[in-house]
Amino acid sequence: MIEQIKQREEKIRWILTFCALSSLLFLFLIFAFILIEGLPLFYKVGFSNIIFGFKWAPTKGSFGIFPMIVSSFLVTIGALVIGGPLGLGCATYLAEYAGKKRKIFLKPALELLAGIPSVVYGFLGVIYIVPFVREVFGGSGFSLLSTSVVLGIMILPTVISISYDSLMSVPRAYREGSLAMGATKWQTTWRVVIPSARSGILASFILGMGRAVGETMAVIMVAGNALKIPSSILEPLRTLTSNIALELAYASGDHRLGLFSTGVVLLIIIMILNYIANFVIRKKVIK
Amino acid sequence: MGKLYLSIILSFFLIITSCNRGNVNNQKRHLVNIAGSTSVMPFTEKLAEYFMVGHPEYIVNVQSGGSTAGIQACINGTVHIGMSSRELKEDEKVLNEIVICYDGIAIIVNPKNPINDLTLEQVRNIFSGKVKNWKDLGWINRRIDAVTREEGSGTRGAFEELVMHKVHIDDGIMVQDSNGSVKEVVATDPYAIGYVSLGMVDKKVKALKIDGVEPSIENIKQKKYKVVRPFLYLTKGKPEADAQVFIDFVLSKEGQGILKKEGLVPVND
Repeated sequence: MIEQIKQREEKIRWILTFCALSSLLFLFLIFAFILIEGLPLFYKVGFSNIIFGFKWAPTKGSFGIFPMIVSSFLVTIGALVIGGPLGLGCATYLAEYAGKKRKIFLKPALELLAGIPSVVYGFLGVIYIVPFVREVFGGSGFSLLSTSVVLGIMILPTVISISYDSLMSVPRAYREGSLAMGATKWQTTWRVVIPSARSGILASFILGMGRAVGETMAVIMVAGNALKIPSSILEPLRTLTSNIALELAYASGDHRLGLFSTGVVLLIIIMILNYIANFVIRKKVIK
Repeated sequence: MGKLYLSIILSFFLIITSCNRGNVNNQKRHLVNIAGSTSVMPFTEKLAEYFMVGHPEYIVNVQSGGSTAGIQACINGTVHIGMSSRELKEDEKVLNEIVICYDGIAIIVNPKNPINDLTLEQVRNIFSGKVKNWKDLGWINRRIDAVTREEGSGTRGAFEELVMHKVHIDDGIMVQDSNGSVKEVVATDPYAIGYVSLGMVDKKVKALKIDGVEPSIENIKQKKYKVVRPFLYLTKGKPEADAQVFIDFVLSKEGQGILKKEGLVPVND
């Protein structure tokens, strides 16, 4: 009897180990395939011609993706400018000011926000934000500004949930100490709680950036996808992700390889962002 | 526990064996392989679907890959029929061309735009970035929001060939990834201009006259409207018997009717 139970335990252990390893395997496979497909073009065309090239005309032999790298960073920063303060404000309210009842109402609402498919954000962006920008600010409406607003809203759940957790993990004694010294609630929050949770908040911003860099569908719908580096926030632009999704359908030969090279660059950028975020979080844990 | 394993293994077997069933079809004798242009492919697939309903003993395989790839495959004899959405070059003229239909490309603007007529050169200047303001075309002082298709698209390829004549489309121009989204942008932005397949034009957008000629099926048939590309089927010499049956179907009243319903201009009504 005991032998049987032991055996079953052993079996389950193996199955679970397999599950855990499979995710690693998938990661490895994705990595391997993108590199195998993407790297040959770097050899053929030249590293700097791809990374620093300004002209993207893959059917005519130009594979420069520099404008898209810049654009990806621009929309990410734009999203952070809009989503960062808003998200931090919301997290601070939830952690410091909201009563239990409001928390019960707000937390699920935020989770719902995270669950809305990105195509819905894009759709609403096209229907409301793009025409609004066109009427009020001018230009075609498909622009850096519209994209930043849509992405700013999309990164809210990430920013809020992680900075909320880090605000909550600030020990109660800090707040009590500050209040006992005669500081007001806001002074305590601004001078004591937020600085103590600094690294977690920073990590939430970086993970939000990761989400913004990787977002595709909503960006294609509102960014206008022009190939130039935008000279104002009202001009259209194309990010790395939307470049892949836009052109994959008809791409063949070198054009296809060019899209995989775009994927390689994207993979590296997201790896760096995740690494920085992990580093920031780990530093906080060690403290 | 044992039963669970057994059922999992059994279901795997079922999945694998049901996949194999596809091969049984190969016993049917008549096989037609078609490859080529990504613009012609969706229509050929549609035609093949209808065709195979009426001719269950035939199998029509349709693959994309682009006009050039299709032409090459046809010259090499790897496919029975090649598809092309561009005219053949001199050294490709060894192939037998069959025009199955024509596709007009309409230059569209928002219905609020008072302009009805542009010359081909004006359209070219807009998309090459030379003309950037509607004022230069006799309307208000407002930037032109031009929209093009993504690199690799067949419609863009035809537009580059028929309108741009080797002039590059400017990098600052917006890009959308389907006829539908180009139309959507033009329908919502009063200052936009774009191009789509003629079949896509409806009341939400206004198709411009080019050099004074309205883009209509009638004008395309009479070769008055110039922004038109042929959809070609290519065969090496005389088509093989099986391929001929399919081609006959495409050129028949039924086949042409299907193409017309898709918004293309049939060769024989």
